[in-house]
Amino acid sequence: MAGLPADWRDFWALTKPRVLTLVVFTGLCGLLAAPGHIHPVLGFTAILCIALGAGAAAALNQWYEADLDAKMKRTRNRPLPAGRMERSSALQFGVGLGVFSVILMGLAVNLLSAAILTVSILFYVLVYTVWLKRRTPQNIVIGGAAGAFPALIGWAAVTGRIELLPVLLFLLVFLWTPPHFWALSLFVNSDYAAAGVPMMSVVAGTRATRLQAFLYSLPMAAVAVLPWPLGLAGPIYGVAAVALNLVFLWLATRVGFSREDDPALMKAERRLFAYSIVYLFATFGVLVVDRLWFA
Amino acid sequence: MSAPDPALPTDAEIRRRQRSRSIVTAALLFALVILFFAISIAKMM
Repeated sequence: MAGLPADWRDFWALTKPRVLTLVVFTGLCGLLAAPGHIHPVLGFTAILCIALGAGAAAALNQWYEADLDAKMKRTRNRPLPAGRMERSSALQFGVGLGVFSVILMGLAVNLLSAAILTVSILFYVLVYTVWLKRRTPQNIVIGGAAGAFPALIGWAAVTGRIELLPVLLFLLVFLWTPPHFWALSLFVNSDYAAAGVPMMSVVAGTRATRLQAFLYSLPMAAVAVLPWPLGLAGPIYGVAAVALNLVFLWLATRVGFSREDDPALMKAERRLFAYSIVYLFATFGVLVVDRLWFA
Repeated sequence: MSAPDPALPTDAEIRRRQRSRSIVTAALLFALVILFFAISIAKMM
């Protein structure tokens, strides 16, 4: 509404709080799984910076995509397409929050974690949002890297280094993103098509999307279990990872070989989407328990 | 004299928004002061 200043709740909504929970959780798990010690205040600051950086990236994403969001049922009530906020306010908020999060991370924690945080924000905004999203059905495959950085940042905050385990965690989230988002895109396909977003399900059809979601889940499961045989995690993680991935593969197989075309009847796709969220929380959570148990 | 346009926000609503934003900003600034103080202590330890 013209002349009415945006409500603070709209700024909060710009940060995509539900996505933040996953980002904060994976960042926290990266921090807790890392060897060594970090002062609790600095650990809290690192997680806060990860959250602020992710919130900044989300705000800039919504600033750039306001026209797309207005065309999709799922997103048309966001502050910008709903007209509750000026676009310039979202831009200033996103840039300010992003710069602040990186400076605070660099000054309070270390330069490596600040550098990775910078890369993750720029990757999400420039590579995913501006470059890939409207151009290629591979948008979420490459863009998925942006969501994979928090575990790496959490680890780097403690150790000041990048090692094999956080790289595996990065790869796990990277490979998890396609089956997670393509399961969603299968049952909200018309929404993406209406907005002109070249999601895999829109461009290549549901059959190809199903197959690719299934195929990505295979290396994802292998990467998820790998820390156990490599000696980077113990049997608690190993057994849990095998069980969690067997369920994931079973659900992905059902999606991969389903012939259902009616979004209203896509139960397997909804199940895979919902389970993929639980799966990521559980895998990272068990890894932390295992690492703390055997530390 | 014409009737006020119902589509335009009232002064009371604008003031309410400004007040709530000011309160949230003040709370955030206070939290940052506490955080910066805690970080300073943690870095010295």
